[in-house]
Amino acid sequence: MRLILSFLFALLLTACAGPQVRGTGDLGLVIERASGQVTLVDTSTRQPYARIGGLGDLSHASAVYSRDGRYAFVFGRDGGLTKIDMLEARIVKRVMQSGNAIGGSISQDGKIVVAQNYTPGGIKAFDAATLELLSEVPAEYAPGKFSKVVGLADSSGNKFAYALFEGGEIRVTDFSNPKQPTTQRFPAGLQPYDGLVTPDGRYFLAGLFGEDGVAMLDLWQLEKGARKILENYGRGQEKLPVFKMPHLRGWSVAQGKAYLPAIGRHEVLVVDVATWKEVGRIPVRGQPVFVMARPDGRQVWVNFAFPDNGKIDVIDTLAGKVVHAFEPGKGILHMEFTPRGENVWLSARDDNKVLIYDTTTFTRVGEIAADNPSGIFFTTRAARIGF
Amino acid sequence: MAAEPDAARQMELVRLVRQDCGSCHGMTLQGGLGPALLPDSLHDKPAEGLVATIYYGRPGTPMPPWKQFMSEAEAGWIVQKLMSGFPN
Repeated sequence: MRLILSFLFALLLTACAGPQVRGTGDLGLVIERASGQVTLVDTSTRQPYARIGGLGDLSHASAVYSRDGRYAFVFGRDGGLTKIDMLEARIVKRVMQSGNAIGGSISQDGKIVVAQNYTPGGIKAFDAATLELLSEVPAEYAPGKFSKVVGLADSSGNKFAYALFEGGEIRVTDFSNPKQPTTQRFPAGLQPYDGLVTPDGRYFLAGLFGEDGVAMLDLWQLEKGARKILENYGRGQEKLPVFKMPHLRGWSVAQGKAYLPAIGRHEVLVVDVATWKEVGRIPVRGQPVFVMARPDGRQVWVNFAFPDNGKIDVIDTLAGKVVHAFEPGKGILHMEFTPRGENVWLSARDDNKVLIYDTTTFTRVGEIAADNPSGIFFTTRAARIGF
Repeated sequence: MAAEPDAARQMELVRLVRQDCGSCHGMTLQGGLGPALLPDSLHDKPAEGLVATIYYGRPGTPMPPWKQFMSEAEAGWIVQKLMSGFPN
């Protein structure tokens, strides 16, 4: 009898304990662009732990995280915004917020999720808890003319900076009063194609497609307006064709220098962030798409546009040159470093795999099967400005 | 119209359009940074012009020339398929 009782007691204890308690700091998700799924992954075990479907068209999808790292907000190409519980591995809420979207951001206080849209061009703010629409700011740059929005990035004070592709301007929208946002506009240059905010949240940079150069706005001194840096980096030479636009989010600052993809040149531009002058350029094996620093800044990893999208070049920032060049797989679309950078995860779209590499030895330490994987997003982004 | 590409090449071209053209035009071809490439959005445009856009690119826009990756006849096949509903 006593044995049975203690057995029952043990059962009861187990039942009360509920689901296993765990943190979220080593979790992440992989976008499977063709099948509308995300695979949830654990970067400690290097294994997937759940797969969630029904997210719509995930080509060019991206994700941001709530500040506790528990919820992911996935922005789909078709305008779907999906909130995922990383611990319970389920969709909490899903809304269709536009016809054609390109990404989004989360506010400094974690309360507002903002989506950037191509059609209709503009941004929309949502309550991060409920995904209820709070307000929208159309990207009307001339009467009746709306622009695609690119490069949306969060900055301090619940402000968001972004650029208008057709409109050629940088905008800063302040959501301190989320239902009545205010917007400031700054002329930027021809065809900004993407943007980023520096890790300290001070500078917003918009890469220009229509001219050689990068537009820069000091978010601490908006009254100074946007100015151009890296003007004429192409030195008037004819551009090489660009078969995929570079991405600036996830960019690199290391040792006081910024590493940026050139447009129409097979080069990474190196810029001194104190003066914003070019201090060098590093030849690479294709049109760079992502130029991403390992969290310690010692290495910068570069992937490439079609037809060089099977290659990766690794720059050593101390040596100032490519120290490792390899072809890890087919269709390398994205990369993400583990929180402190001992590993990097690469999506090999055409191999239907995510490949995991040791960043010191460059050896492959694991792989995960995934259906046409594209973006990889780890929860460490929750605590980073501009991610 | 020139002979159709063979079945294996057709599959390569379909994948190229969906995946690589898709980085600007969307994998479902509903548009992105580049315009939509659906039958409804293309029907009033002359096919020859579309073939030239693919083959030679369109200066002043982000559309690059694709001539190093396909023949003009293959660009023609892509346009014909885009205008009638592109295969998956």
